[in-house]
Amino acid sequence: MKRRNLLKTATFAAGSVLAAPMVGRAQGSRVLKFVPQANLSSMDAVAGTQYVVRNAAMMVWDTLYGVNAKLEPQPQMCEGHEASADLKTWTFKLRPGLKFHDGETVTTRDVLASLNRWMVRDTMGQIIKARLDAPEALDDRSFRFRLNKPFSKMLFALGKNNAPMALIMPERIARTDPFKLISEYVGSGPMKFNTAEWVPGSKAVFDKFADYPVRPEAGEWLAGGKRMYFDRIEWIIPSDAATAGAALQNGEVDWWETPLPDLIPLLKRNRNVAMDIADPFGNIGSLRFNHLQPPFNDVRARRAVLMALSQADYMQAVVGDNPDLWKESASFFTPGATGYTEDGGDILKGKRDIEGARKLLAEAGLLGAKVTLVVAMDVAITKAEGEVTADLLKKIGFDVDFVATDWGTVGARRAKKDPPAQGGWNIFHTWHAGADCINPAPYTALDAGGDKAWFGWPKSDAVQAGIAAWYDAPDAAAEKAALASINKASFDYATYGPTGFFLMYQAWRTNISGIVKAPFPVFWGVQKT
Amino acid sequence: MFAYAIRRIIATIPVMAIVALFVFSLLYIAPGDPAAIIAGDQATPADVERIRASLGLDRPFLIRFGEWLWNVLNGDLGVSIFTNLPVRHMIAQRVEPTLSLMLLTLTFAISFAVPMGVVAAWKQGKWIDRIVMVVAVMGFSVPVFVVGYVLAYTFALQLDWFPVQGYTPISQGFGPWINNLALPAIALGSAFIALLARITRATMLEVLSQDYVRTAKAKGVGQREILFVHGLKNAAVPIVTIIGLGFAGLIGGAVVTESVFAIPGVGRLVVDAILRRDYPVIQGVVLMFSFVYVIVNLCVDLLYTVFDPRIRY
Repeated sequence: MKRRNLLKTATFAAGSVLAAPMVGRAQGSRVLKFVPQANLSSMDAVAGTQYVVRNAAMMVWDTLYGVNAKLEPQPQMCEGHEASADLKTWTFKLRPGLKFHDGETVTTRDVLASLNRWMVRDTMGQIIKARLDAPEALDDRSFRFRLNKPFSKMLFALGKNNAPMALIMPERIARTDPFKLISEYVGSGPMKFNTAEWVPGSKAVFDKFADYPVRPEAGEWLAGGKRMYFDRIEWIIPSDAATAGAALQNGEVDWWETPLPDLIPLLKRNRNVAMDIADPFGNIGSLRFNHLQPPFNDVRARRAVLMALSQADYMQAVVGDNPDLWKESASFFTPGATGYTEDGGDILKGKRDIEGARKLLAEAGLLGAKVTLVVAMDVAITKAEGEVTADLLKKIGFDVDFVATDWGTVGARRAKKDPPAQGGWNIFHTWHAGADCINPAPYTALDAGGDKAWFGWPKSDAVQAGIAAWYDAPDAAAEKAALASINKASFDYATYGPTGFFLMYQAWRTNISGIVKAPFPVFWGVQKT
Repeated sequence: MFAYAIRRIIATIPVMAIVALFVFSLLYIAPGDPAAIIAGDQATPADVERIRASLGLDRPFLIRFGEWLWNVLNGDLGVSIFTNLPVRHMIAQRVEPTLSLMLLTLTFAISFAVPMGVVAAWKQGKWIDRIVMVVAVMGFSVPVFVVGYVLAYTFALQLDWFPVQGYTPISQGFGPWINNLALPAIALGSAFIALLARITRATMLEVLSQDYVRTAKAKGVGQREILFVHGLKNAAVPIVTIIGLGFAGLIGGAVVTESVFAIPGVGRLVVDAILRRDYPVIQGVVLMFSFVYVIVNLCVDLLYTVFDPRIRY
């Protein structure tokens, strides 16, 4: 063989070898490649409340009811229900033909066991459990709840999208301790979890469940027909946002749930990439006080921070200058949601009052007090919030101890009630999904029940009274009044500092259609050409 | 030599025991709480506490260490706190991509760096020597992740020759396998090539100034034979040492490279585990890394006898 021919042959062979994957990548309209917001490190959305786990679980497990885009619960696994006039007796009937992924029929035994596990973990579930006289399995498809006190939010509780969701699993799995993670992932949802191909931290695979009985209605969020147009959904988990962005631009993935704000301009320039707001309910930034330790055990210190807190500063640091992505909101509740209120929120409105805050701190004898600010620097949002807070605290006269650490450490440290010098804390940052902040049920950060409250352990009888009034509200007007009273009481007490309302984008290849705005990725109805 | 190898293998046992104790102690005192991560941000402190208890994380150090050590001695590295999957299974899932990346990187680095170093020594002070030295300095100076991003941008995004991310097992074909690993191997190998080329050059310069080389030249031995038979063989001991040491460096570099190119390797596994505080996984992977490192060092020691017959154990 001549040298020139050899070179030609080698070049052709190398070209064929290297080009092969490109051909492979062009195929597969029945496969969706999705980049989730975080690593899917576990698969139990009842024991844990991580959003990424909830989002995966929604495909694998179904619920008795499911909320639509107006957050109205619609029958899902249930054919329907009967409620007594006093809302104390609820009778439910399952749809026929419901099957688990292992081929077993879904029965009321599975449903009751699943609800029993869920009721231990979920706030609304705990209320149902406390009011439940007896759950009765009437037959394989019907069951009844007899309550000793009416509960008007029963259907919402069974169909809500907030974690922990009332997911229905086989009885043998549902018997697992609610505080232990399950290790078998069998549901009755439209997709099966492919355990064999799960590489935690890298890839999770979901295969279409052929026996899933799709409801005839149009699908909308968790309600209606969950029509899957993919045989397989692959969750690809790059550990680096730049890599995820490059993979989307290159067509190696189809849909990215939460692109970083910094990468949005780059992605917008690519004509093969489309983009829109991901979750219309957005997020509420949070500056969380420790109410047990000085100086924030004094309401004047907390109010001083709120008087000087500029939501615009926080939001620009978190999502940038794009005004479409954030707004100021003098509320603990989600802007745009039913019952949104700014009652009592004047402290966050108007010109920020640095001098007033200093004066208030001086009156309380807290000028120069040391504040331990624990900041997770590995999470872009908390890093941005923490840096703004450090500046704010210094301006109003605190001595700031800025503890730069990672989220894993913040997660452990915030549980400590000790003084900061002994490993405790004064302030940490997080954010709450707006979908969790539309009412008090999923909103653990709003609770002000002292020792049993969320981290920071706020204690306010006025806030708790408002929350109780919401649970017992007989109609929408009463619910709205209760939300207003909660908002006012929470600002008076300064439970925490809302640092503003912000939205995030989602991005996808233009050959993908059917992607909707929702607080979670909705895979049913999505197609690829 | 066989007896020496056995002695060295036995000597790994106390080393591994010290590593085990050290890693376990370090994780015990390190801040962080896997229960809080499992519970999620919205969970109450009471929920987190219950999960911690269910995981057994509230038990005393000695009991937990004793249990873990006993299981390790029985070949059981435990179960991931998050996935409930056996650690051994999780490591096994990740070994192939990491091993592939490291072998390809080593192959690539040795095939380029050693000839570069030899040629630079042969042409000392000439333009080719200077080019090799410039490349070596650049390789040292530019961090692996920067090289990775530049390569991905140029050859994946702009030219579309390679994928940006991911891994294809070799069982699915050599083409897709090397197509996925080419850029990561070049990125990871960049610093190693620089190191190896410099060491090769320096060692070769020393060897080429020896009397026996001058004698060989005087006897009319060809240049190629002088360089690669008389020169390189005698320069091999320090080069092999650097390759062995570089293996450890590659383990560290693989962590970064696997993240940049989203390769599901052991490096990413351990980073994810550290971020989540998945203690059994961290312990298992660190133990495995130290074992591999000890074995590589042993292999290097044994290779000395191949290149230098004067060395005997």
